[in-house]
Amino acid sequence: MQGQQQNIANNKTTRRLLVVVVAMFGFGFALAPMYSALCKAFGINGRFVEIQEGNYDAKNKVAQITKVDEGRSVTVQFTASRNQDLNWEFRPMENTVSVHPGEIRTAKFYARNLTDRTIVAQAVPSIVPGQAAKYFNKIECFCFTQQTFKPGEAREMPLRFVVDPNLPNKITMLTLAYTFFDTHQGQAANDVHDSSITKLAVHSVTTDAH
Amino acid sequence: MSEHHDKPTGIKRWLFTTNHKDIGTLYLWFAFTMFLIGGAMAMVIRAELLKPGMQVVDPLFFNTMTTMHGLIMVFGAVMPAMVGFANWLVPMMIGAPDMALPRMNNWSFWILPFAATMLVSTLFMEGGGPAFGWTFYAPLSTTFAPKSTDFFIFAVHLLGFSSIMGAINIIATILNMRAPGMTLMKMPLFVWTWLITAFLLIAVMPVLAGAVTMMLTDRNFGTSFFNAAGGGDPVLFQHVFWFFGHPEVYIMILPAFGIVSQIIPTFARKQLFGYASMVYATAAIAFLSFIVWAHHMFTVGMPVAGELYFTYATVMIAVPTAVKVFNWTATMWKGSMTFETPMLWAVAFVFLFTIGGFTGLMLGVAPADFQYHDTYFVVAHFHYVLVTGAVFAIIAGVYYWLPKWTGHMYDEKLGKLHFWLSAISVNVLFFPQHFLGLAGMPRRIPDYAIQFSEFNFMSSIGGFAFGLSQLLFLYIVIKCIRGGEKATAQVWDNPEGLEWTIPSPAPYHTFETAPEVK
Ligand code: HEM
Ligand SMILES: [Cu+2]
Repeated sequence: MQGQQQNIANNKTTRRLLVVVVAMFGFGFALAPMYSALCKAFGINGRFVEIQEGNYDAKNKVAQITKVDEGRSVTVQFTASRNQDLNWEFRPMENTVSVHPGEIRTAKFYARNLTDRTIVAQAVPSIVPGQAAKYFNKIECFCFTQQTFKPGEAREMPLRFVVDPNLPNKITMLTLAYTFFDTHQGQAANDVHDSSITKLAVHSVTTDAH
Repeated sequence: MSEHHDKPTGIKRWLFTTNHKDIGTLYLWFAFTMFLIGGAMAMVIRAELLKPGMQVVDPLFFNTMTTMHGLIMVFGAVMPAMVGFANWLVPMMIGAPDMALPRMNNWSFWILPFAATMLVSTLFMEGGGPAFGWTFYAPLSTTFAPKSTDFFIFAVHLLGFSSIMGAINIIATILNMRAPGMTLMKMPLFVWTWLITAFLLIAVMPVLAGAVTMMLTDRNFGTSFFNAAGGGDPVLFQHVFWFFGHPEVYIMILPAFGIVSQIIPTFARKQLFGYASMVYATAAIAFLSFIVWAHHMFTVGMPVAGELYFTYATVMIAVPTAVKVFNWTATMWKGSMTFETPMLWAVAFVFLFTIGGFTGLMLGVAPADFQYHDTYFVVAHFHYVLVTGAVFAIIAGVYYWLPKWTGHMYDEKLGKLHFWLSAISVNVLFFPQHFLGLAGMPRRIPDYAIQFSEFNFMSSIGGFAFGLSQLLFLYIVIKCIRGGEKATAQVWDNPEGLEWTIPSPAPYHTFETAPEVK
């Protein structure tokens, strides 16, 4: 009978299409590791992946830099911010420095725990333009380890860095940003639903999100 | 299929129906209801923007309105309307007695009212509804979002289920249920565009489901897909969203192309020019739509190579799109054209959609987009393609097939009035937004600098007029259902297609024995 044949065909089509649906659902999730892998391979999203993964070899990086390029200077800007539920003061002590590639410099950041509990926090660096990440070498950085702050404790934290002379010529300015996160923030972030924060965040959608 | 012959009455008929015509009607009424709800929200937005300063609503509620308006129009109005057309027309056009999977069809529809109710109910929850834009970028939609966001996520899941089931059904119908002789290259263009659209749906709705699932686990289960603190990246959200989002815009426009490709030949009294090239162009657009997504993200800070690639790929879409516009124009060329209401809407579609295509090209060029991005210019662009594009095609299609559905002619005078009111007001509404965007007015803001006052005032007036005009549409449709001049089987002057070989109104069951297609 024709109807029966059609039913068989329909079931077959449905099954095949359902396979595609499941595969595409998986693909959506696969985009996450693909994205990380691509960013890492091309060094494009300004993240210091090796630092985050804990296998950053500062010594080796610096050992490869032999000369100081006195012929040009690069402006390095610092910005510091904190995750929204971390009640801290956090800022660079100098906002801008001018360096020659190859020259080792130190910058200081100031942080103070404004709460009355001990907080373990992690600073996460990122850089703009993203392609510069692999040319910005940190010799010593407070972002290498978690930082413990007692209630009310304040501290100056050093960053020793050197810009690789191989930095492409067209890049004349770098912006290094640090964000401090409470290491327990995964859970804490979801507790913040204060409507004033929502409003603020929504208000700045056109400027911040992009 | 004889078990379907008893026909329950009253509410049960609609609740349990597996008849493609009933389900098509349900989809269309659902879409129209959502169109009016989403439209009411647009009126709130335009009322607030009528004058500079804050007067009608507070900023949070304003953002909620823009978000809900977008979501409802996309997922509640345009997509279900297109599925409604597919239900009514695909079986009739290919000579099939019904959809391939009638029971699943019932499910795909009845999920929708629940999803929509859940979505709208977030407005009344503590902390308000979603206010993060219809694109729901993380971290606004994760870390900073109101509690109701979990209901929003669930609603999106349900909408996705509905669309996927609908798409599977349409593909199975088209592939397996065609009448003998109805080869693929003989199918009406509307059927073709829906076949391709259904594949797009199957490919990208699951990705959207993945995106909201990741949001859900980021919000509630401590994952960090989009959370930089845990090693994730908010920019990833944008990639996942737009991998769905760009094909999504074609999901909304391809069936519109199909509708217009049915209407124009009828009133030009000529065959569609370049049928095969239309099919290939549609397929090309669908393919390209997968590889251009990051043109929505030019300003996130991609490498230059990325900007170049996405610029070139995006601009390439203009080629198959232009093929289509050319073919519609060539179909009209030297035709003996008449301008009944459906034709008026279809011609307006060709003209106004093309304006939206042009602004799309401008936006597709990365360095130019740095200026236009997130301004009212983008708002103007997507309203030209979606309102004067998709929505105009839907209205054109309703006028075109309404006599077939109801057995009555609609009121031609009122139809034309509806057209002219809409066509004029929609341009007063959206054209000034180009200028606002070029002058730098950002989108998604409740207040603006005074130099934007005049154009915003014009736009709001146009908006109110356009909104009111659609109530006239409601009246015309109801009037046509209630009565009117009897429609013949053909309805129009020698239209092409199997649906015109059956009486008007189309009987409850059609093509129970398949027609022979030569
Ligand atoms: C020639 C064809 C098209 C091109 C080249 C194009 C290009 C673009 C680009 C580059 C953007 C991003 C602008 C920005 O955010 O800065 C955009 C936005 C948009 N386009 Fe198109 N587009 C085209 C056709 C369409 C069609 C057919 C539709 C829908 C029917 C559509 C719907 C949208 C929507 C909804 C947005 C805004 C999304 C949002 O940010 O909320 N476009 N388009
Ligand atoms: Cu796009």
